[in-house]
Amino acid sequence: MDLGKDLVAASATPLVLSILAEGDSYGYAIIKRVTALSGGHVQWTDGMLYPVLHRLERQGHVAARWRASNSGRRRKYYRITRGGRAQLKAQRQQWQVVDNTLRGIWLKARTA
Amino acid sequence: MTTPADRLTVEEQIAQWRVYLRRRRAIRGPDVEELEGHLRDQVAVLTDAGLEADEAFLVAVKRMGSLDALSREFAREHSERLWKQLIVAPDDADEAGTSTRAETLVVLGLSVAAALAIKVPVLFGLRIGGGDGPFFARNASLFVLPLLTVYFIWKRGSGGVRDLWLALPFAAAAVFANVFPFHTGSDTEALTALHLPIALWLAVGFAYVGTHWFADGGRMDFVRFSGELGIYYVLIALGGGVLTGFTMMMFRAIEMDAGWLAERWLIPCGAMGAVIVGSWLVEAKQSVVENMAPVLTRLFTPLFTVLLLVFLATLAWTGSPINVEREVLIGFDLLLVLVVGLVLYAVSARDPQAPPDFFDGLQLLLVVSALAVDAVALAAIGARISEFGFTPNRVAAIGENIILLVNLAGSAWLYGRFLRRRAPFRILEQWQVAYLPVYSAWAALVVVMFPPVFGYR
Repeated sequence: MDLGKDLVAASATPLVLSILAEGDSYGYAIIKRVTALSGGHVQWTDGMLYPVLHRLERQGHVAARWRASNSGRRRKYYRITRGGRAQLKAQRQQWQVVDNTLRGIWLKARTA
Repeated sequence: MTTPADRLTVEEQIAQWRVYLRRRRAIRGPDVEELEGHLRDQVAVLTDAGLEADEAFLVAVKRMGSLDALSREFAREHSERLWKQLIVAPDDADEAGTSTRAETLVVLGLSVAAALAIKVPVLFGLRIGGGDGPFFARNASLFVLPLLTVYFIWKRGSGGVRDLWLALPFAAAAVFANVFPFHTGSDTEALTALHLPIALWLAVGFAYVGTHWFADGGRMDFVRFSGELGIYYVLIALGGGVLTGFTMMMFRAIEMDAGWLAERWLIPCGAMGAVIVGSWLVEAKQSVVENMAPVLTRLFTPLFTVLLLVFLATLAWTGSPINVEREVLIGFDLLLVLVVGLVLYAVSARDPQAPPDFFDGLQLLLVVSALAVDAVALAAIGARISEFGFTPNRVAAIGENIILLVNLAGSAWLYGRFLRRRAPFRILEQWQVAYLPVYSAWAALVVVMFPPVFGYR
C-alpha cells in the first residue's frame, strides 16, 4: 500500500522535522530513515526531498551546513532549529487531532 | 557482462547527469552537489547489495525522479532564481568565477576607457557641445568601436596577426573622417557621421565571430547580438536620461546649474561607456533570457503588415498621388530598413528545420506589400528626380533604397520558394547573412567617395 500524493506532501514536513529532532542528518540518510520507519510504505521520489528541505531552511525550521564526510566529498547536513522544534510540536498536535478524530469514527463504525 | 569499452563508466554517467542537472535554471551549483552526493550514496548502497555498477546507476537515477518534475519543484521553492539570472555569480566551477571576475574588470576598464576617450580631444582644445560638434559627430564611433573590438578579441582569445588586421579599418576610418575639408554644416559631413559606424560595425562583427565568420552561423549570431545590443542600449539610455534629469533637478534645487556636467560629461561619456556595458550584458545573458528582438518582431510583423496593406488599399481606392517632399525618400528608406529588420530577426529566431507555418506566410505578405509600397514611392520620386537634382543626401538615399529593395526582392523570392517547399529555409538565412557586408560596403563607399565627389558640400 502506497500513500496518496497529497498525504505524502502533507506528511513530509512533520516526518523530516521528527527525524532531524533525533539528530542532525543529510538527505540520503533522511530518506533511508523514512523508508525504514514506515516499513517501506512511505516511498518518496528521492529528489523531491530536497525542495522540502530547502523550504524548511528558508522558513527557519532547519539550518544547513556543509561538512566533509569520510568519503572525502562534502555533504550538506541539516539541523533542526528552535523554531523547527516549535513547528514540530504544533504539527504534532494537529496530526494527533486528525488521528484522534479518525480513530473515534472508525472505532464507532466497528462497534456499531 | 559489460566491458568498459562499450559502456560509459559510472563516473562518466554521473558526470553526464550532472551536466543535465546544471542546465536547469532553478537548480544551482550547491544543489547539484547535494543531489549528486545523494545519487552516489544510492549507487554505493546498491552496488554493495550486488548490483552491477551501471544497473545501480540506472536505479538510483530512477529513484531520484524525472529531472523535469525535480526542476519544477525547485522552481516552486526558488522562484526568484528564474528571474535573477543576469550578472549573478556563476554557480558552476571555481575557475569560471575567476574568469567572470577578470571579465568584469576588463569590461569596467574598457568602458571607462571609452568614456574617457571622448574627452581626449578636449585636452587639445576642442569642446564638446561647442563649435566642435561636427568633429565629435564624425568621430563618435571611433572612440568606442575599437575598444569594443578589443573586448571581443580578448574574449574570443587572440588570433595573433589576424587581429592586427582589424586595426586597419579603424585607422582608415580615422583618416577619412578627418582629412576632408568639409564645408560647415555640409550634407556630406552629416552623411559621414551617419555611415561611418555602419561601415565599422563589420569590423566589430569580424572580432565578434572570431575565426568562424563563414561557419557555425557566426554571422547570424552577430545579427542577434546587434539586435539585443540595440535594445539594451535604448534601455541604458533611458536610465541615463532619468539620471541626467535628476542631476539637473537636484542641483537646480540648490540653485546651481548642472547643465555643463550633463552636456560635457554625463551624456557623452555615458553614451560611449554604455556601448561596452551593453555588449557585455548581451554576452552575459545570451543563453539566459529570451532574446527580445525576435519577440518584438513577432509582435510587430502583423501590425506593420496591416499598416502596409491598408495604406496600399487606400492608395488604390483614392488614387491620390504620393506627395513627393524632401524627406519622403528617407522616410521610405526607413520603412524598408524596418521591414528588412523584421525579416532578419524573424529569420534569426526561426528553427531552420521547421516546416512553413502561418508566420512565414505573413512574412512574405509583409515583404511583398513593402515592395509594392516602395515601388509606388520610387515611381513618384523617379518622375520628379530631375527637378530636385542630385544632392549627396538624395544619392545616398536612392542607393540605400536600391540595396534594401534587392534584399527584399530576394527574400520574397526565397520565401515564396520555401512556402511552396521548393527550397529549405536555410537558403533564406544564407541570403540574409551573405547580404550583411553589402550594407557596410555601401556605407564605406559613402564615407570615402561622397565628400570629394560632391565637393564637400
